[in-house]
Amino acid sequence: MESPILKATNFNAFFGKNHILKNINLEVHKNNVWAIMGPSGCGKTTFIRCVNRMHELVPNASVEGSLQLKGEEIYDMNPVVLRRKVGMVFQRPNPFPTMSIYDNVIAGYILNGIKLSKMERDDIVETSLKQAALWMEVRSTLHKKGTFLSGGQQQRLCIARALAMNPEILLLDEATSALDPISTSMIEELIQQLKAEYTILMVTHNMQQAARVSDKTAFFYLGELIEAANTKTIFTNPKHEKTQEYITGHFG
Amino acid sequence: MEMVLEAELEKKKKLSQSRLADKHIGRRNKKNIFFKGLIVTATVISTLPLLFILFYIFKQGVGALNWHFLTHLPNPVGEPGGGVSNALVGSIMILLVSCVIAIPIGIVIGIYLSEEKRSRLGYYCRLAVDVLQGIPSIVIGIIIYEWVVRPMGGFSALSGSVALALMMLPSIIKSTEETLKLLPESLKEASLALGVPYYKTIMKVIVPTGLSGILTGVILSIARVIGETAPLLFTAFGNPFMSTNILKPMSSLPLIIFNYATSPYNDWHQLAWGASMVLILMILILNIISKIVQRKWKVQF
Amino acid sequence: MITAISYKSKQINFKEKAFKKTLALSAIIVVVILLAIFFTLLINSLPSLKAIGLKFFYQTTWDPVSDQFGALPFLVGTLLTSFLALVISTPFSIAVAIFLGEYYKKGPVAEIFKNIVDLLAGIPSVIYGFWGLFVLVPLVRELEMKLHVAPYGVGIFTSSVILAIMILPFSVSLSRQVISMVPSHLKEAAYSLGATRHEVITKIIIPYTKSGLFAGLLLALGRALGETMAVTMLIGNTHDLPTGIFSPGNTMASVIANEFTEATGRIYTSALIEMGLFLFVVATIINVIGKQIIKRFTLE
Repeated sequence: MESPILKATNFNAFFGKNHILKNINLEVHKNNVWAIMGPSGCGKTTFIRCVNRMHELVPNASVEGSLQLKGEEIYDMNPVVLRRKVGMVFQRPNPFPTMSIYDNVIAGYILNGIKLSKMERDDIVETSLKQAALWMEVRSTLHKKGTFLSGGQQQRLCIARALAMNPEILLLDEATSALDPISTSMIEELIQQLKAEYTILMVTHNMQQAARVSDKTAFFYLGELIEAANTKTIFTNPKHEKTQEYITGHFG
Repeated sequence: MEMVLEAELEKKKKLSQSRLADKHIGRRNKKNIFFKGLIVTATVISTLPLLFILFYIFKQGVGALNWHFLTHLPNPVGEPGGGVSNALVGSIMILLVSCVIAIPIGIVIGIYLSEEKRSRLGYYCRLAVDVLQGIPSIVIGIIIYEWVVRPMGGFSALSGSVALALMMLPSIIKSTEETLKLLPESLKEASLALGVPYYKTIMKVIVPTGLSGILTGVILSIARVIGETAPLLFTAFGNPFMSTNILKPMSSLPLIIFNYATSPYNDWHQLAWGASMVLILMILILNIISKIVQRKWKVQF
Repeated sequence: MITAISYKSKQINFKEKAFKKTLALSAIIVVVILLAIFFTLLINSLPSLKAIGLKFFYQTTWDPVSDQFGALPFLVGTLLTSFLALVISTPFSIAVAIFLGEYYKKGPVAEIFKNIVDLLAGIPSVIYGFWGLFVLVPLVRELEMKLHVAPYGVGIFTSSVILAIMILPFSVSLSRQVISMVPSHLKEAAYSLGATRHEVITKIIIPYTKSGLFAGLLLALGRALGETMAVTMLIGNTHDLPTGIFSPGNTMASVIANEFTEATGRIYTSALIEMGLFLFVVATIINVIGKQIIKRFTLE
C-alpha cells in the first residue's frame, strides 16, 4: 500500500492546560475524502487546524506527538511553507475585500510576492475557477470585487483560491454551514470531482453530508478519535457504541 | 401557600387604584414636553457660537481673500494690502514634515496595538497614548524647545514639525488601532492559510483593507493640528519673510493670526481675518475629504 | 498548470522576527517618549524647585527682576477660569448629549448637530481667541458697565465663556456615547411601567450613566486647564491675584506662552517649566482617572 499523505501518531493538542486532542492516530491516503465528525467541542476543527498549523495562532496553544505530511514532520516545517502546501476553506466565505475576483484567485501568489507572467496568471485563474465550478459564472466579471458575489459563489471563490496553490491536502472547515441548500449541493458535487486530484479533509456537523460525500469518516468525541473507517462501515456497522449513538442522533 | 386575607387584598386594590389612577397625567405629559423643549433649546443655543464665529470670520475675511492675498508677503505697518503667502507656505511645509514623521510611526504602533490585544506592553503603550493625547499643547512646546530647539541652537520649522508630529501621533495610533481591530479575524486566517508570512499578511491584506479608516484618521489628525499655535510659539517661532529652509524659523497661519490679532493695527487685523478664513476653509476641506474617503473607500465585506 | 514557489524559509523567518520586533519596539518608543517628557520637565524644574520650593504655590508676587516667583495668582487664575467654564458649559453639554444620545440618535437632525459639534471641536484655539477679542470683549464690557464693575472687557469671565464653548464638544462626545450605551431593555422596562420619556431620562438614563457623565466633565476640565491661546488673548495678562470673576488675571498656560521665549536666567525659565510640569501632572491624573471611569463603565 502507498504511504499516507498525512499521518498522525500519538498526536496531542492543548489550549493552555486544556487537553483538546488526545493521542490521535490516523492515516490519510491520497485522493480520499475524509469526513471529520463529532459533537461540538470534540476537537475536530482543532485537528484540521493543526494540519496547517493555524492552531498555534491562538495564544497558549501547543501540540505533542507526531503529525507528518508526506513523511515530513509538520511541526518541524516552516509554517509558511507548510501552509502553501495545505489549502484551507473556512466556515464563512472570506474573500479579500480589497481584491478583484481575479486577484483573489491568485492571492496566494500576489501576497507571497511570487512573480507570474500575464499568461501564467490567466492560466491559473481560469483553471482554478473551472475546478471550483465558478468559471462560467464570473468569466465576464473577473475584475469586479469578490465581495459582490453571492455567499455560495464567494465560498467557491475561496476554494479556487486554495486550489490555485495546488495543495497536497485541502481542508474544509464546515465550509457549507453558512450556505443555502443549493450552494451546498454544488459544493458537495465539487468535492466529488476534486477528489480525483486532491486529498480532502472536511469537518462537518451534518451527518447526511458526511454520508453523501466522503469515502472515509473519522468520529471524534471529547478529544479522542473514537473510530475511523470507511464511511459505509461507520454508518451501517459502527464498532463503537458512542459512534452508534451519535449517528442515530442520541446525543449532541 | 400563605394565606391572604380578603381584607388585605381589598386594601391593596384600593391603594393601587387610588395611586395609579393618575390624576397628574396631564401634568406629567406637560413636563415631558417641557423637558424636551428645554433640551432642544439648550442644544440649539450650544450651536449658536459656531454659527456666530463662522459668520463673523466669513464677513471679515471674505473681503481680504483673493489671489493677491495668497501670493504676497505681508506689508509693513501702515501699508494696507499684502498677503500671507509666507504663512501659507510655512504651514504646508511644517505639516508635510510632521506627516512624514508621525504617519509611519503612528500606523506601526496602531498595528502593534491592534495585534497585541492583551499583552503587558500593549497595556502600557495604550496608557501612554492616552496620557500623550491629554498633554496641554503648550507643554509640548516646552518639551520640543528642550529636545530640539536648544540642541540645534535656534528656532526652526523642523522643531515645529516635531512638535506637531507629537500631537498627531496619538490620534493616528488610535484610529489605526480601532480600524484594524474591527477587521474580521477570518481575513487574517485566509491569508495565513495560503502560506503568506505574518508580516506580508499585515502589510498586504490587513493594512490595505483598513486603509480608508487609517487615512480618515490621518486626515482628521492633520485637521486637528493645522491650527495649533501654542506648540509653535517656541519652535517654528514665525518669520515675516518667505522661508523654505526647514532649519530656520518659519511662519505659519496660526502664528500670524496670533501676532496680527493681538497687534494694535487695523491693516494687520484685516490680514489676520483673511488668514483665519483660509485656515477655517482648510479645516473644512480636510473634514470633507475625510468624510469622502470614509464613504467612498469603505471596504465591503 | 503551476507552480514554482521557491521556499526561502530562512529568509522568511528572519523577516518575520524583524517585523515583530519593529512593532514591539515602536510600542516601547511611545512609553519612552512619555517618560522622557516627564523627566525633561522634572529635571528642568529642579533649579526652581530648589530655589523657590513650596513658596511657588502660595506666594503672590511674580517678579522676575527680583527673582521672586510666586505662582499663586496663575494657579488661582487657572482654576477659576476652568471651573467657571465647566459650570457654564455643563448644562449645555449634558443637554446636547441627551439630544444626540436619546432624542435624535439617527437621521438628518442628528447628522447636522453631530457635524456642528465636530466643527466646534475643530476650530483652532487662536481663532476662538481672535473672535473673542473682537466680539465677546465688547459685549462683556457693556455687561460690566451695567453691573458697575471696572469695564476691562478682558478677564477671567471672558476667558471662561470662550473656554466653555471650546470644551463643550469634549464632554458631549463622551456623554453621548455613554448615554447611547444604556441598555434598551432598561428603558423599555420603564416605559412598560408607564413612565414618560422625561421620567426615563431623569430617573433611568441619568442615574445609570452618572459615572460616565462625570468622566466626560472631568476630561473637559482637563482640556480647560491646559488651554492656552484663546485664554492668553482674552484674560488680560496681569500678574496680580484676581479679585473677582470680572477682573483680569493670568493662567499658567498663558504665562508660559507669554514669557517663555523672553525668560532670561536659569531660575526664571525653570519656574516657567515647573508650571508646565504642574500642568502635565494635573492633566495626566485627570486623564487617567477619567479614562479609567469610562473603561469601567463600558465593561459593565
